[in-house]
Amino acid sequence: MSDKKDLNTQNSGVEEQSLSLNDDRRVKTLSPGALVMKRFFRNRLAVIGLVMLAAMFLFSFVGGMISPYRQDEQFYTYTFLEKEYVAVTRNEDFRYVSAEGKEFGSAAQAQFLLAQMTGKEEFTYKDVTYAVAREGEDFYSLSSEGEPVAIAYKDIVNAEDGAEELPFAVKYAALAAYTNGQTGAFSADGKEYELDDAGNIMEGGLVCGYISRFVVQSKENGVVITRDFKEHLEEALDESAQEFIYTGEDGQEHNYTISYDASAKVWSVMQETETYVYDQYSSPAPKHPLGTDTNGMDMLTRLMYGGRVSLIIGFIVVIIETVLGVILGGISGYFGKWVDNLIMRIVDIFYCIPSMPLIIILGAAMDGMRVDPQVRMLYLMLILGFLGWPGIARLVRGQILSLREQEFMTAAEACGISVSRRIFRHLIPNVIPQLIVTCTMSLGSIILTESTLSFLGLGVKFPFASWGNIINDVNNAYVLTNYWFIWIPAGFCILISVLGFNFVGDGLRDAFDPRMKR
Amino acid sequence: MRNYIIKRILLSILILFSVTFIIYAILRCLPASYVETMAMQLSTAPGAKPYDEWIAQLNASYGLDKGILAGYLVWLGDFATGHFGDSWKFTVPVIEKFNDVIWLSFVMGGISFVLQLIIAIPLGIVAATKQYSRADYAITAGALVGISLPTFFFATLLKLVFAVKLQWFDVSGLVGRNYAQLDSWGQFMDKANHLVLPIVTLVIVSVGSLMRYTRTNMLEVLNADYIRTARAKGLSEDKVIYKHAFRNTLIPLVTIVGGSLPGLFSGALITETIFSIPGIGFTSYQAMVIGDIPFSMFYMTFMAVLTLAGNLIADILYAVVDPRVRIA
Repeated sequence: MSDKKDLNTQNSGVEEQSLSLNDDRRVKTLSPGALVMKRFFRNRLAVIGLVMLAAMFLFSFVGGMISPYRQDEQFYTYTFLEKEYVAVTRNEDFRYVSAEGKEFGSAAQAQFLLAQMTGKEEFTYKDVTYAVAREGEDFYSLSSEGEPVAIAYKDIVNAEDGAEELPFAVKYAALAAYTNGQTGAFSADGKEYELDDAGNIMEGGLVCGYISRFVVQSKENGVVITRDFKEHLEEALDESAQEFIYTGEDGQEHNYTISYDASAKVWSVMQETETYVYDQYSSPAPKHPLGTDTNGMDMLTRLMYGGRVSLIIGFIVVIIETVLGVILGGISGYFGKWVDNLIMRIVDIFYCIPSMPLIIILGAAMDGMRVDPQVRMLYLMLILGFLGWPGIARLVRGQILSLREQEFMTAAEACGISVSRRIFRHLIPNVIPQLIVTCTMSLGSIILTESTLSFLGLGVKFPFASWGNIINDVNNAYVLTNYWFIWIPAGFCILISVLGFNFVGDGLRDAFDPRMKR
Repeated sequence: MRNYIIKRILLSILILFSVTFIIYAILRCLPASYVETMAMQLSTAPGAKPYDEWIAQLNASYGLDKGILAGYLVWLGDFATGHFGDSWKFTVPVIEKFNDVIWLSFVMGGISFVLQLIIAIPLGIVAATKQYSRADYAITAGALVGISLPTFFFATLLKLVFAVKLQWFDVSGLVGRNYAQLDSWGQFMDKANHLVLPIVTLVIVSVGSLMRYTRTNMLEVLNADYIRTARAKGLSEDKVIYKHAFRNTLIPLVTIVGGSLPGLFSGALITETIFSIPGIGFTSYQAMVIGDIPFSMFYMTFMAVLTLAGNLIADILYAVVDPRVRIA
């Protein structure tokens, strides 16, 4: 109604008085195309659809150019990872060292343990009688015929990093002093040593070894635990601290957390290290408005390029379908008879082929053959196009069958116009409205099919993005639950584009078919 | 009429031959990696025959050593006499596996189809009778949204909302964790509970096209002369719409509903796969992905038969229901 008013007001200006009622200039004529356009724009849904499509096209094609990132650009980040660094146990078993040239095997050790537990002062093993003497706390010496054979101890004597293993006599003397709580100088093996409170053994002012009850095992390959670190660690253990900070030789400060496993009697020490990793599943932030995906790629950029792939595939498939459909449908409809029969039976056969299962099988086969992702995309388009033409062929044939019988075709024939000209200049243009509607609608359904296949991992493959294979990530239940920004935007992109095509197609149908209009 | 039906059936059989041949040829051209893997496995067993002998034996037993045409004829002969072969993936006869899973798909498809009819037909009629009203726009737009929804996306959304966040349903599968401990009523309810989300997905995704179909046909009927006559007679609007118009709309509706009946057996490939419902769709998906030729062939042939049967039923019903259509 509003348009009619517009027309009136346009013409009701200065000219109105000068024109008579039946003057041609009073009537504004509209070409059929303009009429269709007017009807189309009057349809609210169709206009909404057009806006949605325009938005998606801008997003995918222009957005990809504006985006600062490439579609396969990976981002990295530093994260703190807690790795098990060392395990500490408190030594609760006797350890043995035998004197130079003597032997004290494991069977003898077992005999000693028995004697120690029952409190005997001597025991005999293999005709040798050993005298057991308690020299200090958890420290025993074993001698036979007055000569020391071995010592058994729980506090462990370690050599200083890089220093030589201490001789038996020194260990003996040092332990004897340490387990009795005596600090200060002692002599052994003809040399003077000194023992301090912390259990350090010094020779001439230099630390050459230390005594400790703790056994520290490195959990990482190639990591040497330094003396200094052990001391810090022991301090922390004595205070039963949960965590401590230690500055290593390289000057880097690390945080360590200590946890005690009571059943295994092990303290495990975790080191927090800064690691350079892919920026996986980072949450939306100004740098990455939709976060990053599982490979550390910018989600928004992937979405834009994915849109390009999805839309381009849709268009190419529709072009293949339309070309095949128009040619075969046109031939079939125009020539009729056995040609028509043959082509229509082929159409029936194609209609009957279950396309989704077939495409799934072909996709799985391409997986097996490790087809290159780019070639694969090409195959996908060809397969989809080749399976989709029968619908269009049927439509074109039906239209041409009815158009062929109309007067203007008889006139064309009477004028002697050639067959190809008759088909392509007179018949096909009359089919175009229906063709446009069908193509628009099928664009939507092709995008759906492609995204479904890509979702199943049988369509477009990494490194190419497509809306479907972006959503594929939800096969990981953790992503489904926690990272909405990975898959929900892609899903809405598909929905909006397909809906846009359907709205526009629907609007075009109504616009081309004035019979259905108010 | 009878001649027409016989002609159509014969034509359908001819089409079926062509379709199965095309499918067979395509499947045969693919690398039969399954046979190779299987031969590899069998030949590594202690004291086994060498790989070459195994692969020859397997190829012979599956008819893969003949040419495509000869192989097809062997397959066709087996198929016609009811020998559908053994599934490679499930290592049971194809027909046995098929029997196990088809009824679940049928139940699922049946329930969702009935729900679709209940929702789509009334809404389609409302939309048509109140053309260009708010309700019409809402229904049309809603139908298009349903058609445009990617099944996998919608199913995942439902999972997130109802299974993960609200925890009303399990995320996937047909039976819950404690299924074995339940009594028979509890087991039934457990299965029903697991089918809710898949059925909702199916209904929402496919209700749109039926709704639009109803609306279009109702609009066509409402423009007919006899409706104008009915109104001119002074009949009440209700009588015009529900007695005169709706009955005529039923003709295309019955046709399309009859035509979709065979489709109830075809299963929902995507929905079943996403929800891991062991129906025919999910089962055949698993078979197809690993290249299980006997099962895939059977499934695709079955699907082709369903399509042909649907078309046939629709055409026959069209002639039966509409007294104006007469087939010579």
